Amino acid sequence: MSGKAVKINFKKKLNRDDGWAWLMLAPNVIGFLMFMLVPMAATFVLSFMQYDMLTPARFVGSDNYKTLIHDPIVWEVTWNTIVYTILTVPIGLCLSLLLAVALDNIRHFKRFFRGAYFLPSITSMVVVAIVWQWIYNPEYGIFNWVLSWFGIPAQKWLTSSATSLLSLAIVGIWKKLGYDMIIFLGGLQGISTSYYEAAQLDGASKVQIFLRITVPLLRPTIMFAFIMAMISSFQVFDQVSLMTKGGPGRSSSVLVHYLYQNAFQYFKMGYACAIAYLLFAIVLILTAINMRQEKRMREIY
Amino acid sequence: MSSKVKKIIFNSLLYFILILGAITMLVPFLWMLSSSFKSLTEVFQYPPKLFGEKLIWENYTQISSRFDYFAYFMNSIKVSVWVVVTQVFTSATAGYVFAKLNFKGRDRIFLMYLATMMVPFHVTVITNFLQMSMYGLVNTLWSLMLPASVSAFGTFMMRQFFITVPNELVESAKIDGCNPFTTFIRICLPLAKPTIATLSIFCFMNTWNDYFTPLVYLNDSRKYTLPLGLAAMKGLYSTNWPVLMAASCIAVLPVLIAFLLAQDVFVKGVMMSGMKE
Repeated sequence: MSGKAVKINFKKKLNRDDGWAWLMLAPNVIGFLMFMLVPMAATFVLSFMQYDMLTPARFVGSDNYKTLIHDPIVWEVTWNTIVYTILTVPIGLCLSLLLAVALDNIRHFKRFFRGAYFLPSITSMVVVAIVWQWIYNPEYGIFNWVLSWFGIPAQKWLTSSATSLLSLAIVGIWKKLGYDMIIFLGGLQGISTSYYEAAQLDGASKVQIFLRITVPLLRPTIMFAFIMAMISSFQVFDQVSLMTKGGPGRSSSVLVHYLYQNAFQYFKMGYACAIAYLLFAIVLILTAINMRQEKRMREIY
Repeated sequence: MSSKVKKIIFNSLLYFILILGAITMLVPFLWMLSSSFKSLTEVFQYPPKLFGEKLIWENYTQISSRFDYFAYFMNSIKVSVWVVVTQVFTSATAGYVFAKLNFKGRDRIFLMYLATMMVPFHVTVITNFLQMSMYGLVNTLWSLMLPASVSAFGTFMMRQFFITVPNELVESAKIDGCNPFTTFIRICLPLAKPTIATLSIFCFMNTWNDYFTPLVYLNDSRKYTLPLGLAAMKGLYSTNWPVLMAASCIAVLPVLIAFLLAQDVFVKGVMMSGMKE
């Protein structure tokens, strides 16, 4: 027998710790089962039922999903969610990438800038909503005031169905900018400085370096941030509930907002569960795209 | 144009962009702070002024006389402390088991944890609510504390750390007569302090700021946590902006202090959440 085999055998004997393992895992696994796996399955089952918390649940087959497809509000809120995503994700990521590269290239006040940009990310959305509602105030707010410097006429922002979703998107971008910036900073730190030095020796301009070196090498991070941003913007709820309540009309209502209303205001639990699984399906598709991209990326590099 | 001049122009451009951005980030906070010291008439001035004529501290003293602010604050503290302590404990022990102990089905179970990390919170919240109402825990702080005691992300994060601990260390502890639990407590846990700090701060921030979960579970205003109490205040007294701004300033304080003390820990946490292995 080779020495290696003896070692493995010895290791196996040394590592028989099923008992301890399960004992130490128990609190976590019990919680995981109770609050994660079982509810996930229960939501799925409930999505085939009708339940209002007063009368017993009744099996209705795929009725909830059929209603879902024919419910114009579902289409409207899904469309609003997509519009919100289109408004926030590309602009937010471009800005945060730009800021991350700028921050990576300066020498002074790095900590100050990093802190300033991250501040909205650590602030409760409730506080953010209070302040921004005041900023957006059509009569007294500073947003219209600042825009008036550039000759832009006053808007009603949150209280007009034409601008409500846009107003929420601006808050969303503002709040998440620092978070994405730090993710990009992490990615930038992973790029070896030798690439930049070589490019500089070859006489490449700053813009060329950014487009030809930074962006391609940062692609895995950009892709990851992009998918994560999409997933989180599909789950947007807090600012909607706090600043517009989905209004005026349904102009700023999103998927999770409609889910919340169905579950906890109309008490259509089964229907809400069906909406939850619609959301789940969307997130799953996005995750699958992310994993495929990653695989492709690994094949390239 | 010489390369030196070019460099100076480029650098000033960078600073210009960064300063412009920083102003956009900070002005809302300055606005909040300055408005919290203004009088009711000053707030409604147009065009707006950053500073009022004198500091009106009454806005701050009025908070507690009008709202159960202290109770909200204590509820938030209670929930946050519980969640941080239990989540760090369950995550660290399970993370250690997944990284260093050998037993049947280990990787399969861990894969299940990983798979649930992408599941939207809203998929489980409805049935968790029904479960809590079954136990009679809706409208108590337990409904916020119990489900948050376990986190797949926390477990993942701790496991990623423990995997970097050399096996020789664990094996030599075993030979010295430690069982897996004492090895964990005495040898490996002390090494994990930085990761535990990161997880704790993240967990604290998320729990402290959480609005959705309390909104679902609580309807008795005495049980409200700070974000929910603040939101209720916003609905009731949306005309008294100075007091509302003062209450907001106080609500931001705990996380702000933690952030100023440990900016690097926050930043490390975000970077870790952005780097998946």
